Amino acid sequence: MDLASRAEPNARDGSSANSPWHHRHGVWNRPLTVPSLVACPDCDFLQRIPEVPTGAAVRCRQCGKGLWRHKTDSLNRTLALSIAALALFVIANSVPMLGVNAVGRESFTTVAGGTQQLWQDGEKIVAVLVFFAAILSPALQIGLLLLITLGCGRPRPPFWVGVLLRHVQFFRTWSMIEVMLLGVLVALTKIAEIATIIPGLALFSLFGLVMLLAAMDSCFDPREVWERIEWANHKPHPVATAPEVQP
Amino acid sequence: MEHGLQSCHTCGLLSHPAPGAQTGYCPRCDEELHFRKPESLQRTVAFLIAAMACYVPANLLPVMSSTSAAGTESDTILQGVVLLWSPTGWPLSLIVVIASIMIPSAKIAAMLYLVLTVKRGAPRNNAQRVKLYRMVEFIGRWSMVDVFVDTFTVALIQLQPLMVVEPGPGLLFFAAVVVLTMLAVESFDPRLLWDANSPESTVAQVQPQHA
Repeated sequence: MDLASRAEPNARDGSSANSPWHHRHGVWNRPLTVPSLVACPDCDFLQRIPEVPTGAAVRCRQCGKGLWRHKTDSLNRTLALSIAALALFVIANSVPMLGVNAVGRESFTTVAGGTQQLWQDGEKIVAVLVFFAAILSPALQIGLLLLITLGCGRPRPPFWVGVLLRHVQFFRTWSMIEVMLLGVLVALTKIAEIATIIPGLALFSLFGLVMLLAAMDSCFDPREVWERIEWANHKPHPVATAPEVQP
Repeated sequence: MEHGLQSCHTCGLLSHPAPGAQTGYCPRCDEELHFRKPESLQRTVAFLIAAMACYVPANLLPVMSSTSAAGTESDTILQGVVLLWSPTGWPLSLIVVIASIMIPSAKIAAMLYLVLTVKRGAPRNNAQRVKLYRMVEFIGRWSMVDVFVDTFTVALIQLQPLMVVEPGPGLLFFAAVVVLTMLAVESFDPRLLWDANSPESTVAQVQPQHA
C-alpha cells in the first residue's frame, strides 16, 4: 500500500514508552498518516474525504453512500437539542399518554403502562422488546449524546467519550419512538369506533420528541468527535500477557 | 481490503492490520477489526431461516383477542387489517398491510436474493444491489408498528367487565420475525456484494499484506 506510508506511533503523551501497539487481547492496528483517507463502509472503495464547505455532503464515488456531511456547529446544536429531548422524554414517560372512555368507564395508560400490561398478560418477551425499543433505547440515545457533547466541551475530550460513542449507533437502530407513534395512531383509529379517546400530554410530548430526535441525529457529526477525542492506544494498557510482535 | 487496510466498522478509521494472525484493534476507538464482518453470510442465513420459521405462526395465530359481552373474538394480523378497513380508516389499514405483511416478506426475499448473489458470484448490478440493501436496512424498523398497535390496544382496552383485550400467541412470533430480520440485515456485510465475482478470491485476499 503506497498511498500511506506506515505510521510511526505518534505519541501525544508519554505512554508510547511501553509499546502502544499492545492491546490487552491482541495488538493495535497502525493508523495511516493520511487521516482523510477512508474506505466506504458499503463498498470498501478507498477514497479521500475532501475539504468541503459547511452544509455540503460527501458521497462515495463508487456506490453513492453518504460518507460525511460537514455540519454547522454540530456539537453545540446537538447539545442543545439533546437537553430539550431529555426534558420532553421525561414528560412523555411520566404523564398519561392516552385514555379511553366508554359508557362511563375510563382507563388511562402511559408508555410504560403498555409494556406493563403485556407483561401481566404473559407476553413477557414482547413486553421486554417494547420496553427496550420505546423507552430504554431512546433514553440511552439521548443520554449518550448528551454526555458525549458535554465531554467534547473539554479542550481534549477524554477516551470515555469514544467508549460512549461506540454504542450510539446500536441504540439509534433500536430506538423506535416514531414507529411507536404510528402504532399508537393506528390503535387510536381502531379504538375510536368503540370508545371516546382522551389524548394525554405525553402524546403531544412524543410528537415533539420525534422531531427533536430527528433534528438531534441530523446535527450530530460523529466524525468530528472521533477526530477530537483521545485515542484508545494512547492510554497505558497492561502489556504483560501479549507476546512481542513488533518487527 | 485489496490494499491490505482495515476499516473500522465503528469509527471509520483506516489502519494497517496487525502482523501475524493476531486480532487487531482499532487504535482510535478500541473496536475489534475485521476485513469483513465475521461469518457474515452464515449469520444472515441463520437469522433468515429463523425469521421464515416464525413468519408462518406470526400470520396464522391470533395477535389479539377481545372479550366482551358478545363473547371472545381472536384476530390475526390480516383480520385486524380487514377490521380497520373503512371509508375513513383505509389509509391506516394500508399502512398496516405494508408494514406488517409486505415489508417482512419483501425483506426476507431481498436478503435471500443478496445472499444468493454473493454466494454465486454476482453479475454487474452492484450499485443496484447495494441500494436494495440500504432500502431494506432503512425500512425494516417500520414493521414493528403492529407490535406497538397491539401493545397499546391491549393497554387501553381494559374496561372490566365491559370489554378486555388480551395479546395473542401470534404477537410473539410476529415480534420475532421483525427482530430476526433486523438482525439478518445487521449481520450482512454489503461490501461482500462488491468483492464477489468469485467467492474464492475474497477468501484468498483476507491474508493481511504485511511486510
